[in-house]
Amino acid sequence: MSVHSAAGGPVHIPSFGRASACITNNDLFCPEWVRDNWGSVLQPALVEHVKLTAIAVAIGFAIAFAAAVAARRHRILETPIGLVSAFLYTIPSLALFQLLVPVTGLSVTTVEIALVGYTLLVLFRNILAGFRSVPEEVLEAARGLGLRGRDILWRIELPLALPSIVAGLRIAVVTTVSLATLAAFIGQRSLGTPMFVALRDYFKTEIIAAGGLAVALALGADALLVVAQRLLQPWARARAAA
Amino acid sequence: MAEDGRRRTATAAEIVFRDVTKRYPGRPAAAVQRLSLVVPAGDICVLVGPSGAGKTTAMKLVNRLIDLDEGDITIDGRSIRSLDATELRRGIGYVIQQIGLFPHMSVADNVAVVPRLLGWDKRRVRERVHELLELVGLDRADAGRYPAQLSGGQRQRVGLARALAADPPVMLMDEPFGALDPITRERLQDEFLRLHEIERKTVIFVTHDIDEAIKLGDRIAIFREGGVLAQYDTPDAVLARPADEFVARFVGADRGLKRLALRKLGEIELEAPNGLAAGAPVAGLHTTLRDALSLMLSEGAEQLVVVDERGEAAGVLSVGQVGRLLAGS
Repeated sequence: MSVHSAAGGPVHIPSFGRASACITNNDLFCPEWVRDNWGSVLQPALVEHVKLTAIAVAIGFAIAFAAAVAARRHRILETPIGLVSAFLYTIPSLALFQLLVPVTGLSVTTVEIALVGYTLLVLFRNILAGFRSVPEEVLEAARGLGLRGRDILWRIELPLALPSIVAGLRIAVVTTVSLATLAAFIGQRSLGTPMFVALRDYFKTEIIAAGGLAVALALGADALLVVAQRLLQPWARARAAA
Repeated sequence: MAEDGRRRTATAAEIVFRDVTKRYPGRPAAAVQRLSLVVPAGDICVLVGPSGAGKTTAMKLVNRLIDLDEGDITIDGRSIRSLDATELRRGIGYVIQQIGLFPHMSVADNVAVVPRLLGWDKRRVRERVHELLELVGLDRADAGRYPAQLSGGQRQRVGLARALAADPPVMLMDEPFGALDPITRERLQDEFLRLHEIERKTVIFVTHDIDEAIKLGDRIAIFREGGVLAQYDTPDAVLARPADEFVARFVGADRGLKRLALRKLGEIELEAPNGLAAGAPVAGLHTTLRDALSLMLSEGAEQLVVVDERGEAAGVLSVGQVGRLLAGS
């Protein structure tokens, strides 16, 4: 895509194919541009964005889950893990990219490390809070009946911690969808890529289209998690009905 | 223990505490001190005493929720230390005051937890669940409900059914009726005794309520502070001959009346019916001596006519005779 300094007035955007009046006037939103550029610009960016988010949340969840499982039995671990994840969370994202580039280069790895880092705090806190919310008497009964540690974890603690875990996942997913736009900053394709181009060119349609897709993706993923939680928790519905 | 769990005929097992001591780190006094007692197979042994006397600790030593420091406990002659803790627990029913039902599992799934751990097939699990729900007085329709949809009394029935599920020879019960209202508690106590007649387990039952101990126990073990066993005997013997001042205070100044509550009119030798009892109050054979005495005192009568199921006079009880019964034994 061509680089332009765009300041005021109609802009010339040669790489954007046939330019309608709407496009050359840089009106607020030109659907025909979205139609023409869906396959070449928006859809690939969306797909990459979903991948970046899914990988980051999956890895972040695995790490946070393991850390929370360890911390639920050994309270001494809670503070150090909490501090590390809080520290990662406070580093400004652009600064973190800069710090990582000399080590991992302008790569997907750099993006994923940063994104994973930002999910850890909220996931760790929420998963641990979920485990802590399991009533002590339920655990005592489970032990007394002869359930082993891993049975108690998978069959008792995990299902009962689910509301808190899903709440954490929802925040992590929405945050990551938003942060993943910054991948474009180090040249990795995401919904941030068309945004960056459009910001340089001040091309409104592209900003709105890419931004709208990011918002829709966040809302869609959030809704999906809510539905999943309802399906996984038949007992919560029964309680509400009681 | 797994074999015991699979054997549906598993009955009761003798439990022996031999010089058992438990100390918690950082506390000078022992929680349980040199405890020795034998719970005969099929008996209900109630551990009773003030808070902090070590009764709950003593109970939890049996299924190794707490590990003992010295001495040994055997179930049916086998040391609890010789078994893997989870295997041991699957052969011991466990009921606690807070019940601890799994809120995300239906009633049926709660009851089925241990049988499934033991690898029973689906059909056998389903049959056992239905059998147990009936046994503890729950409706078959309750099987699909969740704990949050049940009343406190119903929940403890589920807790009881869950503990009985794999037919364990031993049951541990930690103040199981303590959180229930008095009416529900009394009903569950009665049903528990009826249940114990059918499923004759060796039961260790912890309570701080001496009346509950007297009502349920074949034997009661009274603990004092410091985890010391003050007296271990039948309820009648404890009430008739408290071992010391502490036990006497603990069972209460009305221990004579409590003893009367243990005996029914049908169990004692009555005086022959005589003409003098005309207009006297009337009571059935299942009335306790305590209630009979109360009736005489409130009616201002010296005598009471005891009638059998057909309503015919079976004998006469006098206030003097009640006194002689208490003093005599």
